[in-house]
Amino acid sequence: MGVGAAEAQFHVLAVDDSIIDRKLIERLLKTSSYQVTAVDSGSKALEFLGLNDQDDQGTIAEAPSVSLNNQHQDVDVNLIITDYCMPGMTGYDLLKKIKESKFLKDIPVVIMSSENEPSRINRCLEEGAEEFFLKPVKLSDVHKLRPHMMKGTSMEDEADIKGVEEIQSPEKTRTQYNGFDVVS
Amino acid sequence: MERTHMRRQVGLMRQSLFTQGFLDEQFIQLEELQDDANPNFVEEIATLYYCDSSKSLQTIEQALEKTPHDFNKLDNHMHQFKGSSSSIGAKKVKDECQQFREYCKAGNREGCMRTFQLLKKEHATLKKKLEAYFQMARQAGPLETASRPK
Repeated sequence: MGVGAAEAQFHVLAVDDSIIDRKLIERLLKTSSYQVTAVDSGSKALEFLGLNDQDDQGTIAEAPSVSLNNQHQDVDVNLIITDYCMPGMTGYDLLKKIKESKFLKDIPVVIMSSENEPSRINRCLEEGAEEFFLKPVKLSDVHKLRPHMMKGTSMEDEADIKGVEEIQSPEKTRTQYNGFDVVS
Repeated sequence: MERTHMRRQVGLMRQSLFTQGFLDEQFIQLEELQDDANPNFVEEIATLYYCDSSKSLQTIEQALEKTPHDFNKLDNHMHQFKGSSSSIGAKKVKDECQQFREYCKAGNREGCMRTFQLLKKEHATLKKKLEAYFQMARQAGPLETASRPK
């Protein structure tokens, strides 16, 4: 489609049951020029991602083309940041479901928690979380997100497939694309 | 001239909120998130906090009236409340929350009740101070960027 990277922002899905923390994380992420969707529960997060949380297989339930909500077809989330302590599905439960899903497992997940508990932190990292942020989350934490979003981004694939005249990302660290120098 | 004087007053007011321990570093983080596109972010989030936390306090109050105390539940409620208080930099409130949680863990009913009263007081005091601060800040016009207290 030839969409320039200047228009395509990274999209972060933020999950937190606290309305204050949702407002805060949203502002933090928008300050860093990310597009943000904030939801208040793990099940709403899975719904947004097009995964029926009652179906663990992640195959039949994940058929975006048959989703009634057309938006799910184009849901493109570059990173999920979630609170750990939430009623119902915890952030850890959500992390597990995402990593078990064929479609979602490559999306980087970051956990936030107000409790500095090493066993909790280790458990999350072992389950595949990229980072563990202690609340309240700061701008300096949000700055750590960018490299995770760059990993496995479709922008890298596009670069391989069709050359990158159309893609001008100031963030890319690769120095050469088909003769064009892109400086980070 | 008048505006300069008002800004100075606002600056002093802000400074004292930190030096007297009502607010901590997190409040400065919030101020740093304010910009031309979001000039009222701090006031907005503080307002949201007071709206949300009043409900939490009521819930905790009701739970405290039940006997015997369900310390687990109380601790859970307080964990949430402490979280939001921490997110806006409400230091004294947060400290009372922590104290309350410790009394919960110890199953200390008296301690919980006493601390809860202190917590409510701190919560109300901060609310008044923030309201006065925001009002004056609005009257004085936009401040310079956030500066760290000495």
